Amino acid sequence: MKSLAELSKLRDEAIKKVDIRKERVGTRIVVGMATCGIAAGARPVLTALMDEAQKRGLSDVTITQTGCIGVCRLEPLIEVYKEGEEKVTYVELTEEKARRIIAEHIVNGNIVKEFTIGAVE
Amino acid sequence: MTKNYLTEENFAKLHEVIESHKDMQGPLMPILHEAQHIFGAIPLEVQKTISEKMKVPLAEIYGVVTFYSQFTLEPKGDYLISLCLGTACYVRGAQQLIDKVVELTGVGVGKTSLDGKYSLEATRCIGACGLAPVLTVNEDVYGRLVVADIPGIIQKYNG
Amino acid sequence: MDFYRAHVLVCGGTGCVSSGSLTIEEMFNQALKERSLDKEVKVVRTGCFGLCEAGPICIVYPEGTFYSRIEQKDVERIVDEHLLKGRIVKDLLFVDKSADVTDILTSINDVTFYKKQRRVVLQNCGVINPEVIDDYIAFDGYQALGKALTQMKPEDVINEIKKSGLRGRGGGGFPTGLKWEFTRKSKGDIKYVACNADEGDPGAFMDRSVLEGDPHSIIEAMAIAAYAIGAEKGYVYIRAEYPIAVKRLGIAIAQAKEMGLLGERIFDTDFNFDMEIRLGAGAFVCGEETALIASIEGERGMPRPKPPFPAEKGIFGKPTVINNVETYASVAQIILKGADWFTSFGTEKSPGTKVFALGGKINNTGLVEIPMGTTLREVIYDIGGGIPNGRAFKAVQTGGPSGGCLTVDHLDTPIDFDTLTALGSMMGSGGMIVVDDTNCMVDFARFFLDFTVDESCGKCVPCREGTKRMLEILERITSGAGTMADLEQLEELAYTIKDSSLCGLGQTAPNPVLSTLKYFKDEYLAHVVDKKCPAGMCQDLLSIVILDEGCIGCTACKRVCPVDAISGEVKQQHVIDQAICIKCGACIPKCPKKVIVKQ
Repeated sequence: MKSLAELSKLRDEAIKKVDIRKERVGTRIVVGMATCGIAAGARPVLTALMDEAQKRGLSDVTITQTGCIGVCRLEPLIEVYKEGEEKVTYVELTEEKARRIIAEHIVNGNIVKEFTIGAVE
Repeated sequence: MTKNYLTEENFAKLHEVIESHKDMQGPLMPILHEAQHIFGAIPLEVQKTISEKMKVPLAEIYGVVTFYSQFTLEPKGDYLISLCLGTACYVRGAQQLIDKVVELTGVGVGKTSLDGKYSLEATRCIGACGLAPVLTVNEDVYGRLVVADIPGIIQKYNG
Repeated sequence: MDFYRAHVLVCGGTGCVSSGSLTIEEMFNQALKERSLDKEVKVVRTGCFGLCEAGPICIVYPEGTFYSRIEQKDVERIVDEHLLKGRIVKDLLFVDKSADVTDILTSINDVTFYKKQRRVVLQNCGVINPEVIDDYIAFDGYQALGKALTQMKPEDVINEIKKSGLRGRGGGGFPTGLKWEFTRKSKGDIKYVACNADEGDPGAFMDRSVLEGDPHSIIEAMAIAAYAIGAEKGYVYIRAEYPIAVKRLGIAIAQAKEMGLLGERIFDTDFNFDMEIRLGAGAFVCGEETALIASIEGERGMPRPKPPFPAEKGIFGKPTVINNVETYASVAQIILKGADWFTSFGTEKSPGTKVFALGGKINNTGLVEIPMGTTLREVIYDIGGGIPNGRAFKAVQTGGPSGGCLTVDHLDTPIDFDTLTALGSMMGSGGMIVVDDTNCMVDFARFFLDFTVDESCGKCVPCREGTKRMLEILERITSGAGTMADLEQLEELAYTIKDSSLCGLGQTAPNPVLSTLKYFKDEYLAHVVDKKCPAGMCQDLLSIVILDEGCIGCTACKRVCPVDAISGEVKQQHVIDQAICIKCGACIPKCPKKVIVKQ
């Protein structure tokens, strides 16, 4: 170990691996993973979200799952909670759509209106 | 005890250990720990070897060996039953457990059975106070015990 | 870098390992693999969470869901329900005995046991994987060492510690900063730092938990201490009864060496530091610092007269700083966050937090860390969840074999070093054993004396002979042969031993007797005068009797008695012949009317 800067760099790397256990800040993406969601294809959506988040090194994003949100006909479905924003619900997702949501909404901050529950309903 | 643990092989290991601690300051305790591990005890023969190799008087080594409860002059039985008598275990009834173990195995506290199968000891706190009272048989830990659990545990090792 | 959406933290502390947590961990890995979730969910083995009563424990993040007493069959359910579908398995959640409502608590942050705690020393325990240095670094590990070495002079480090008011957590409560300053000022080119991890007080296991759960915090703090006093070598003296702690500290030292956090020219400064583990071998007295030094040097662990203090003449005759594990565990944070941060909790004379090991007759046994100055009531009832089985609180014993008892009257006393000493007890290493009305205080004192007699090293007469005589008197009293003269002699002996023993072990050995004599004199008198044990614990003073009212003469007791001590005709009152009765108690559960009692 040569300097504090070197240690801090190491810490910033290491934080990404344990961030999930720290105080919750940042964005939370919740995937509906009840039987209905899984049957409709929620798993590939979840994996796509994780894969995309990892590729982009998004350490302040938590991806978690929940049970049935109640609109089974619109599954696969996710909810995005960003700090200081209203909850956004995306429905009828696919892997591709999931990746776009990460890129446009999570990274660039633009809600992908066409996938939201409002647009589909 | 008929098992011969004072084998040449074991002494060879001991020599190696002493050799490897040559440059250490205050090496006696670590060497004794290794010796206890190799032989399962530190009888006089082993102490003599350590004394000669380290050029430390035998009396001094004997003094140290007998001071610490983890060093023994004779090997323990195949199954070492340790009952925790730490405070947390004691107030939760460890004494009755000990009495039951003594009754079932016929081995007194601090003693080894004649066939070399069991040794029984009352240990100080092993730090598993959340599970009090606790008993260990070699590596197996049994916690939250009541007297009625004891026969079943002993039965396991009687087989 | 691997990205995981969930972490399953499985407690790998001694308590949970003893109740099978390693098998649970293995099964989690297996179950996740079978469902191809092993790339999404990571299983982490951590140190002690502190709530050992509820073990084996696992926590699922990011939700912080707290599952307790997990059995092997539960693992698949947690994986299938929670990790796959996101449905919390409610019946496996921890049930909070302290909460007013029977709300189901889903998050660890809501559990009363944790809510009232303030975790400084234990901050990483149960959060990081102790065998992975990156985990420690992620939580700001080694930042304090870097700061000390590159931005502070040794004197600054000492001043910061002095300003923080940190006092030795091993029991003495001596100001840590002063100790460091004395050692720095001692003459000598070679100096040592040592860590006292010979945690011997029965019922205290915080040091073990820190070493098992956060070993790097000790390495970092010892390096800081070494820099402050001008040492290049450190010794950690751990009792051999803690195999997991020894192993994890060994791994941590190796990792720190590999990363250049131990070794030569650390942080590219002139500072070199290396450390070594030394094992104890089952001698309680080695927790006394001069005995510990003797043991490291390869001698019988017998205390030496002070002065000279270790600060002048310690290990191998060189100036040495010896601090306890828990003391070290606060050091890095004080350096990093500043003395003012540390003094922001605790009391004026005892700043910071203290870890207590709650045990005995209490619902939530485990480790709790609280700001100094918290009251006993909060600890026992709010955090500890009260006394089990609806029994009454009788006393709490603090300070182990060197400490004393506190009673109902002291429940609202704020706990710190000085209040406990004023009440005739002491902080000690932080064991807190709760006893209820079924525990006999005389027997309790006898238990501790039995311990000191066993552990007295034999060097000085007052301790070697005196404690033995005290034990004999206590044995007489608990067996019903005690006299009033015994009580007087007991007290006189106690004061003599206190005044004239060589080391802390002897000087404090009479405390359990003195404090029970002070607060529970009536129990002693009951044993001596009435030949009765009010708690019903001392076998020799008990008799089993059939009450005059209520016996229906069913003969159930008579049939079970192994020595034919019970007489009486069918449908008539039965009587136990006290001359024959061996007090086995076999008849008690047989009575359908519950009129056979111990008195």
